[in-house]
Amino acid sequence: MADLTTDFLGIKSPNPFWLASAPPTDKEYNVRRAFEAGWGGVVWKTLGAEGPPVVNVNGPRYGVIHGADRRVLGLNNIELITDRSLEVNLEEITRVKRDYPDRAMIVSIMVPCEEQAWKDILPKVEATGADGIELNFGCPHGMSERGMGAAVGQVPEYIEMVTRWCKQYYSKPVIVKLTPNITDVRLPAAAAQRGGADAVSLINTINSIISVNLDSMSPEPSIDGKGSHGGYCGPAVKPIAMSMVSEIARAPETAGMPISGIGGVTTWRDAAEYITLGCGNVQVCTAAMTYGFKVVQEMITGLSQWMDEKGHTTIQDFMGAAIPNTTDWKHLNLNYVAKAEINQADCISCGRCYAACEDTSHQAIAMSDDRTFTVIDAECVACNLCVEVCPVENCITMVEQEKGTVDLRTGKTVSADYANWTTHPNNPGSVAAE
Amino acid sequence: MTSQMISGIAADRLSSDELAQNFADLHAPLKPHEVKVAADRCYFCHDAPCITACPTDIDIPLFIRQISTNTPEAAAKTIFDMNILGGMCARVCPTEELCEQACVRELAEGKPVEIGRLQRHATDTLMMQDVHPYSRAAPTGKVVAIVGGGPAGLSCAHRLAVLGTDVTIYDARPKAGGLNEYGIAAYKSTDEFAAKEVEWLLSVGGITIENNKALGKDINLDDLERDFDAVFLGVGLGGVNALDIGGSDKSGISDAVAFIETLRQASDLSTIPIGRNVVVIGGGMTAVDAAVQSKLLGSEQVTIVYRRGREAMSASRYEQDLAAKHGVKLMFNVQPKRLHGNGAVATLELEYTADEKGKLAVTGETLHIAADQVFTAIGQTLKTNSSLVLEGRKIAVNSVGRTSRDGVWAGGDCASSGDDLTVTAVAEGRDAAIDIHTTLMGGA
Repeated sequence: MADLTTDFLGIKSPNPFWLASAPPTDKEYNVRRAFEAGWGGVVWKTLGAEGPPVVNVNGPRYGVIHGADRRVLGLNNIELITDRSLEVNLEEITRVKRDYPDRAMIVSIMVPCEEQAWKDILPKVEATGADGIELNFGCPHGMSERGMGAAVGQVPEYIEMVTRWCKQYYSKPVIVKLTPNITDVRLPAAAAQRGGADAVSLINTINSIISVNLDSMSPEPSIDGKGSHGGYCGPAVKPIAMSMVSEIARAPETAGMPISGIGGVTTWRDAAEYITLGCGNVQVCTAAMTYGFKVVQEMITGLSQWMDEKGHTTIQDFMGAAIPNTTDWKHLNLNYVAKAEINQADCISCGRCYAACEDTSHQAIAMSDDRTFTVIDAECVACNLCVEVCPVENCITMVEQEKGTVDLRTGKTVSADYANWTTHPNNPGSVAAE
Repeated sequence: MTSQMISGIAADRLSSDELAQNFADLHAPLKPHEVKVAADRCYFCHDAPCITACPTDIDIPLFIRQISTNTPEAAAKTIFDMNILGGMCARVCPTEELCEQACVRELAEGKPVEIGRLQRHATDTLMMQDVHPYSRAAPTGKVVAIVGGGPAGLSCAHRLAVLGTDVTIYDARPKAGGLNEYGIAAYKSTDEFAAKEVEWLLSVGGITIENNKALGKDINLDDLERDFDAVFLGVGLGGVNALDIGGSDKSGISDAVAFIETLRQASDLSTIPIGRNVVVIGGGMTAVDAAVQSKLLGSEQVTIVYRRGREAMSASRYEQDLAAKHGVKLMFNVQPKRLHGNGAVATLELEYTADEKGKLAVTGETLHIAADQVFTAIGQTLKTNSSLVLEGRKIAVNSVGRTSRDGVWAGGDCASSGDDLTVTAVAEGRDAAIDIHTTLMGGA
């Protein structure tokens, strides 16, 4: 039985599944139930400065992109940080942490970019006994208009400055949560590192307008006829988040920096993928908001089963395993040749591969009068579109062409040598082979 | 007092509540969420097999996609463009042998996309809005006579009307609709759908219906040819084959077509007398419709007897199973030998059959089954006696419905092309209309 315990910045948790700072972690009632359901840790919903708390809209906060059968694919929200008082939250955090010492308790914080504001709140958070803090430099809506959240995360200098204050006035680990609403995520990550951050977590939500009501002409969710952009999360953002995670894991300046992966983690498999890209754990929100806290049970059993099947005894065994294989396009082997192959026994003759290839790709699939579909090797560039549009999983596969055989499309013999764009004769900037 | 146990043929076997429940919609309309889920299952196949399988060539993947994007009215238009009786076809088409059999998900999972029910959702949505989606082209100045207001005639009339030609439909019966109105099991066309559909179709304008005008009696082909620019015959099969065995003169024996018609036209189903032990002779849809409805009226025992094996039955396996599900017993390889009874039929003597070198032969072994009512459903025949060349026992036509006589087209069950299905009749009426139009306008 695989060991799912994680040690992230010295913070131990029974599994790598944490609930992200969001509505599910806004209060004691929820967090206790989450821990009972099996979550390894939580990042408490973002606390603001002392004084009157923020207010939320009194109309709809969420909007969704649905897939088949109303499956939630993407979730958008315009909710702000906690709208409960700082004191109440701190009391609750203290109580819950005391009762669940084996679970990770991280407190998310967002106060103005003034040293005094941080100096005021950090000792109070420290007093709760929580295991660490996460700096919310990511929320893209509402708070960013007040110079907080993403407004800080978009300026590396601010990130570095605030992180430094936190390390100065707080003794436990500091995690900087990054916004994806920037052009190059490596810059804010490096700034956090320079400021002394112990880890980064990413991604926060993406600026989004989920839909427009074509009757009222208002973006949704609509508040009295007006809409505002929100933050987008859920399964749809996972590819964007994983790419950003990989960039930080690969950049020389930030390589090795602990990362908490966030963005569309819905199943054990999503979590495993994040971990292979260098994450020490993952944070989940949309899956819990869609299915409830119980969903963590599938994540735990699934990850455990997969690790057993692969012979991984601990999370560390495969953490970062995909990083060495994540490279730049220019380093991809141009001598690797594959061709699509259609398994006729599995084919249901829908013709989607044909329509996709014929209309939008390389005219590399032939269709007979009796609806038999076959790949024309002399045209197939192995683009993979047919594989992905085929409704039958594994009916069409990409088969590597043997070295030494002739690629019917190019007429060239498939070379066993590795050769990439950097040395390709068509590349004006090509360099001699090493 | 209602009772299923009254011997002989009697009305009032079931309560009105039971009858209402029994004759409710066979396939209830899909609910909004069911529509979403069902539509989402369509793969939008390239050159889709379901389109090929549809006698009217409806672009099924397109209309399902239109449904899935919340435009069922556009979906209905896609359907009606090819099949103006798409509403009825959604109810009565043997989809399990046509579009749904061809669906790639039938091959993949044995569960095709529910094309028929999705079609019904689209057509019902548009028809309930009480607007007719077609307008008429500029008048052609031509007039066409259509004999028979069934699916073929109505389809032909609508297309001609849209193209700008005025049409007169002569129908032998008091109501138009043909088998949609007088045939077909009641639970497939509930809530007067057939009559409503005709009314909706006619609202395009330019179509006049003359009821109670039978060809060869009230009207004749020569006069129609003289008075109109073209004639389309969609007269159906007016005759029924008679049972020719000993004892068939006894009371309690009638043809299934007439029984189904009585059912369809009844305002109170409890008034229809039905036998305690009903036997239906035949192997087609008419046999199944008569048998199932006998059961639904309260018969205790209903048996379909068919002289060949199950696979030779023209009623689909789906229809056979529908009958079995309702408690109808299906007997194969038995043929009627003699009817027994004192005045009224009491038992039917059957003789077993076997296939001998491709020919049906009796084995000599017999059995008797209780039968206080016998329905014959052993085929219908063309009743029209005109100078038209026949092919087999139907009016010979080419692929666009032209008969041997210039200026006369034919389609539907009376014509030699295609199966005896509503949807085939609609296709033939439509195609003949297009050919009539082209011909009258000086085209091909």
